[in-house]
Amino acid sequence: MASLRQIAFYGKGGIGKSTTSQNTLAGLTEMGQKILIVGCDPKADSTRLILHAKAQDTILSLAAEAGSVEDLELEDVLKVGFGDIKCVESGGPEPGVGCAGRGVITAINFLEENGAYDDVDYVSYDVLGDVVCGGFAMPIRENKAQEIYIVMSGEMMAMYAANNISKGILKYANSGGVRLGGLVCNERKTDKEYDLAESLAGKLGTKLIHFVPRDNIVQHAELRRMTVVEYAPESKQAGEYRTLAHKVHNNAGNGTIPTPITMDELEDLLMEHGIMPTIDETQVGKKAVEA
Amino acid sequence: MSVANEETVDVKARNKDLIKEVLAVYPEKTAKRRAKHLNVHEQGKSDCGVKSNIKSIPGVMTIRGCAYAGSKGVVWGPIKDMVHISHGPVGCGQYSWSSRRNYFIGVTGVDSFGTMQFTSDFQEKDIVFGGDKKLAKLMDEIQELFPLNKGITVQSECPIGLIGDDIEAVSKVKSKEYGGKTIVPVRCEGFRGVSQSLGHHIANDAVRDYIFDKTDPSKLAEFESTPYDVAIIGDYNIGGDAWASRILLEEMGLRVIAQWSGDGTLAELEATPKAKLNVLHCYRSMNYISRHMEEKFGIPWCEYNFFGPTKIVDSLRKIASYFDDKIKEGAERVIAKYQPLMDAVIAKYRPRLEGKKVMLYVGGLRPRHVIGAYEDLGMEVVGTGYEFAHNDDYQRTAQHYVKDGTLIYDDVNGYEFEKFVEKVQPDLVGSGIKEKYVFQKMGVPFRQMHSWDYSGPYHGYDGFAIFARDMDMAINAPVWKMAKAPWKTDAAATAVAAE
Repeated sequence: MASLRQIAFYGKGGIGKSTTSQNTLAGLTEMGQKILIVGCDPKADSTRLILHAKAQDTILSLAAEAGSVEDLELEDVLKVGFGDIKCVESGGPEPGVGCAGRGVITAINFLEENGAYDDVDYVSYDVLGDVVCGGFAMPIRENKAQEIYIVMSGEMMAMYAANNISKGILKYANSGGVRLGGLVCNERKTDKEYDLAESLAGKLGTKLIHFVPRDNIVQHAELRRMTVVEYAPESKQAGEYRTLAHKVHNNAGNGTIPTPITMDELEDLLMEHGIMPTIDETQVGKKAVEA
Repeated sequence: MSVANEETVDVKARNKDLIKEVLAVYPEKTAKRRAKHLNVHEQGKSDCGVKSNIKSIPGVMTIRGCAYAGSKGVVWGPIKDMVHISHGPVGCGQYSWSSRRNYFIGVTGVDSFGTMQFTSDFQEKDIVFGGDKKLAKLMDEIQELFPLNKGITVQSECPIGLIGDDIEAVSKVKSKEYGGKTIVPVRCEGFRGVSQSLGHHIANDAVRDYIFDKTDPSKLAEFESTPYDVAIIGDYNIGGDAWASRILLEEMGLRVIAQWSGDGTLAELEATPKAKLNVLHCYRSMNYISRHMEEKFGIPWCEYNFFGPTKIVDSLRKIASYFDDKIKEGAERVIAKYQPLMDAVIAKYRPRLEGKKVMLYVGGLRPRHVIGAYEDLGMEVVGTGYEFAHNDDYQRTAQHYVKDGTLIYDDVNGYEFEKFVEKVQPDLVGSGIKEKYVFQKMGVPFRQMHSWDYSGPYHGYDGFAIFARDMDMAINAPVWKMAKAPWKTDAAATAVAAE
């Protein structure tokens, strides 16, 4: 067995991290890779397409029922789905209470201590939208994910989030071994999206590892709680995900230390591509009637 | 043990050099910051010339506590008929459990809870999922197991603030459920502020918001006032201090309607707005509520000092000045009554303690308040500092207590304090448990001045007799003669031949 590869998917909320990651991992499993998915989002929706389930029982909800996480066995939390992909969800509190970040830390420690990482080729972390606190940075830390894949699109806020996540990676790249694997652009059909994604990747010192075109078949598959790779294996879109899977697989050791840019530079980038009109500083903060 | 040529040495110059020497080992930035907290007092200055109430420097061994310690440990903890929940993981409750020796009278587990520890004992799942449900359940258990409790306070430990638990909502719901029981949520998370001082302030504000503002007016209407009602504020009854103080006020004709908070009760807190005068011992921890009562209820407050006969006499007269001749005469009567006792104590101990030098490092009021008691015994305080004072404390210290040339050290750390003591070579150091064994191993007599070293009381006339005995016991213990290493004895002495 080759050494364990740990990767993580980050990106702005709603960008399609879970869909992209599950489809990509489904592609990887076709290549004979044994995979463990660790969902790090209180919504616990990182494994539904693999398991064909609404949401699996999470480590933390089971731990709360049993008393503490020490009372759990690995079998209680680990489910096996499409392509023998092993799935766990960290889970977490309902919105507005407790500390979801701590939940991620607890869950990952539990998995490591109980040997969930033995006998797999890949561990993939699917992390909630924004790295709001240390807990959600857990998969970036030392001895966790070696490469981070940032799912983004041509939208301003998605690019802003990608830049922020790069800052987080940069912080831990210096203390640990984490690297930025690349950007995955999940097409939103915004103007000049491909060019913009390429430029941003260049600025961040990484590459656009794949541009996933928009295709409604993804939604059709999702309604059946399936990946496209499983739902329509012959479709063009399934091929896209397989391509992405190959690229990720061959990207081992090619990650880079990102070079995040300032907000100004990011805006300049948008202006360069004509997405944002050049700002007339005299007009900033003026209401429509004043202009 | 004093430096041999003490008389000829210019103490001020020596202290200034000493500060320089201490600062010299620091990196430049640290030295610059610490320099502002160390000084040699200049006679006539309005304060001690040090900065205070500033964040400690990371990496030094500060002696300070936290906001939780200030609220749970100091202000709220001693209220004996309320249950104080240490809300969060178990350690904060465990290590603040009865450790301040706040004496109280009552039946533990029935109407008094001072020696018990209540904690929500947070586990991982409480952090992740929030602890509000657990808190509610804990309150139910308290109600069931200890039905005679008069109220509950929630003393927040750090995680409560971090995860944003809504302890106010839980307290409100439970208070309603138990028919209007006083339940006080206190936001005293340890990471707030620079020391325990903010915890005192937060605790004072909680008294204002959840006791004064919520007390049923009909309760107060039933209160039978006298013209001589006073409340003791800022006496935590350590080793019985408040009792030794209370009897003097009562003997002079006053009626003590509340003790804040040593041996105190919820009913006393509620009745305090009926006081004619608040007498304030620990200014630092309870000036906030005293000022509030002055503004809201028009109750004047006066600071006093019951350490040592000189200050006690001044204080009794000062307190009496707020009342009529009956009380003024009462004060004189009390002073006259105890004078022979004080004379006897001084006659016995002063000859044994005369000229001895003391260095202090404590919290609250003691770095200044106990100076008079030492001076009554002929001793001299040559260095003093506060853990968590503000500038108004240093003003009081400068204007009423310390002598010219006294070494002043604010928020001193382990290294600085050791160095100061090593060079100044005082005959006694008064500080806390963490410092005790360090100095004793240096061969310097030591008394704990937070807990009175398991002795006390030290307040009032009774307290002074015990204070004098304890200081003598520490300084003149025969053990210090044996503290010198055998190989450091004089060569001449070992040269005596065997017969």
